[in-house]
Amino acid sequence: MMEKRIRVLVAKPGLDGHDRGAKVVARALRDAGFEVIYTGLRQTPEQIAEAALQEDVNVVAMSILSGAHPHLFPKVVELVRANGMNDTLIVGGGVIPEGDIPALKEAGIAEVFTPGTPTGNIVEFIKANVK
Amino acid sequence: MSTEKEKIQAELDAYNASVEKAVAKFPERPNLPEQRLYTPLDIKDTDYADEVSFPGVYPYTRGVQPTMYRGRFWTMRMYAGFSTAEESNKRYRYLIESGASGLSCAFDLPTQIGYDSDDAISEGEVGKVGVAIDSLADMEVLFDKIDLGKVSTSMTINAPASVLLAMYIAVAEKQGVAADQLKGTIQNDILKEYAARGTYIFPPRPSMRLITNIFEYCSQNVPKWNTISISGYHIREAGSTAAQEIAFTISDGIAYVEAAIKAGLDVDAFAGRLSFFWNAHNNLLEEVAKFRASRRIWAKVMKERFNSKKEKSMKLRFHTQTAGSMLTAQQPNNNIVRVALQTAAAVMGGTQSLHTNSRDEALALPTEESVMVALRTQQIVAYESGLADVIDPLAGSYYVESMTNKIEAEAWDYIKKIDEIGGAVSAIEKGYIQKEIQDSAYKWQMDVESGAKVIVGVNKFQVEEKPVEGLLRVDASVGEKQKAKLAEMKAGRDNDAVKAALAALENACKDENENLMPHILGAVRTYATLGEICGVMRKVFGEYEAHTNL
Repeated sequence: MMEKRIRVLVAKPGLDGHDRGAKVVARALRDAGFEVIYTGLRQTPEQIAEAALQEDVNVVAMSILSGAHPHLFPKVVELVRANGMNDTLIVGGGVIPEGDIPALKEAGIAEVFTPGTPTGNIVEFIKANVK
Repeated sequence: MSTEKEKIQAELDAYNASVEKAVAKFPERPNLPEQRLYTPLDIKDTDYADEVSFPGVYPYTRGVQPTMYRGRFWTMRMYAGFSTAEESNKRYRYLIESGASGLSCAFDLPTQIGYDSDDAISEGEVGKVGVAIDSLADMEVLFDKIDLGKVSTSMTINAPASVLLAMYIAVAEKQGVAADQLKGTIQNDILKEYAARGTYIFPPRPSMRLITNIFEYCSQNVPKWNTISISGYHIREAGSTAAQEIAFTISDGIAYVEAAIKAGLDVDAFAGRLSFFWNAHNNLLEEVAKFRASRRIWAKVMKERFNSKKEKSMKLRFHTQTAGSMLTAQQPNNNIVRVALQTAAAVMGGTQSLHTNSRDEALALPTEESVMVALRTQQIVAYESGLADVIDPLAGSYYVESMTNKIEAEAWDYIKKIDEIGGAVSAIEKGYIQKEIQDSAYKWQMDVESGAKVIVGVNKFQVEEKPVEGLLRVDASVGEKQKAKLAEMKAGRDNDAVKAALAALENACKDENENLMPHILGAVRTYATLGEICGVMRKVFGEYEAHTNL
């Protein structure tokens, strides 16, 4: 039997338009054999949680560069969990100071990928941690 | 003459044969372009008078002014803004006291997308990547004790550029400075927002109308203002190559000129106020060639395609920013060196103004201390390095001249392709430009991951590092503060006047022949907010919906 492909929602929460990173990661994940859905820009946490539910994804991967991550990342976790998606792996990345990471992890972000991370590390992390 | 060339060719062949074996021993550098040495043969077809010429002389390859930095240095313009207008005003005054010669305003994302700080969608974003401006009241604070008759101000604002420009004009009025004395730039380049930067509001048609309205209004009322900064910077940041950066941007420029001519403007009435914005990336010599090629292409476009008669219209004047995407979060002090080299490229390329990034910007907004190092970098290049002592110092270099030709040719190919698609607006609507940029970005990343491209500290020469301390934090309460200020302002203004001004604006939006600028200025003066003004325009014009293909 063929193994079910991992489904990933790549999301851009907030108003920031920098999606070079999100698109590069989306493509790398696809090249690694995942099924990837990209939300496009300016998604509210509500829209992301809804898309995660509709697309029935295993992973939500968010990217943000504006500094709004302390507000938006935990909000997405909260809404995704509120939809009963307790097993969905939620990760984030972007321009995120080291000092912010413990609080994000506390809030349920499984891992935070900062600038310079090879896309291969993200692929490996997802494979190792997806449920 | 031909015997001279034959002699060089023979010696070159002998040289190549002699080193072929030796270089084969160096597997470390397999990815370089084939040619290792440039000679007069590489520029034998370049006609000096036609293609290179003199500074201030068509096609301006060597610079747009005859004197360049022997007249005066470029404007050292540091992009800044965060938190509230009070905080940003302090930073601006600090920069002016430190010798910065122009201001450059960064606005937060709600401002850039036309939302007030109390809008639900602004939650978490207020004051983060720039200063929050809700109304004229904030703008008055932002420029408090800064003489708008003296300073030149650049504003990174696109979709709502008309509104922020109107606010600036209104603040100047209150300072007693007439609009025709104002100097500065609004970015106002919506096409690259659709293609690369993302802060669009309205669909292309009404957006192009707003831009054309600004061209017309400023040509009559704010004649020293640069009405647009046609930007390749963000296209490059999104991952394009050097040739793509200038090609896509010049295609955008062609679209703006066409739109304005179609609206009935005379090309030479507005084209002299068009300006450009380039990226200074890591490959120093390629960048110098890119800057030179861009001037040559624009001159030809304006003269040959648009039959411009005024020299000013043909001169590509540009601002430069060092490449933010090339800053590394690893070993951030190395970024000081990168920025210094990028500065050298911008200066040898003949920029009119320059922002240098700070070492800590891959981690957060820059601290005051790191901004100072970035500004000092410009000053060291200007006063100590000698790079600004002669005009276009790399002209005549076999390599740089040949690279200038190569980038120009590559860019023309793209411009022709975009013409065939129906111009920049169509190429963006069809996703062509976005796709080209994404492909280049992905290739860059894969080259870094394979090691074909080395980034020091990222994929080579890594060390264990402690987290950087002392990063700038934007006060988390800025959103609440801004909301409270907004509520207080709304309670104190004449709300009937606001309603009347917004109604007049709405009517004007519905009449395509009406220039919107006077109506926007009228609304701004009543303290109508940015969100209210953009709300009216959203209602009439609708909003752009992006279609992203991976």
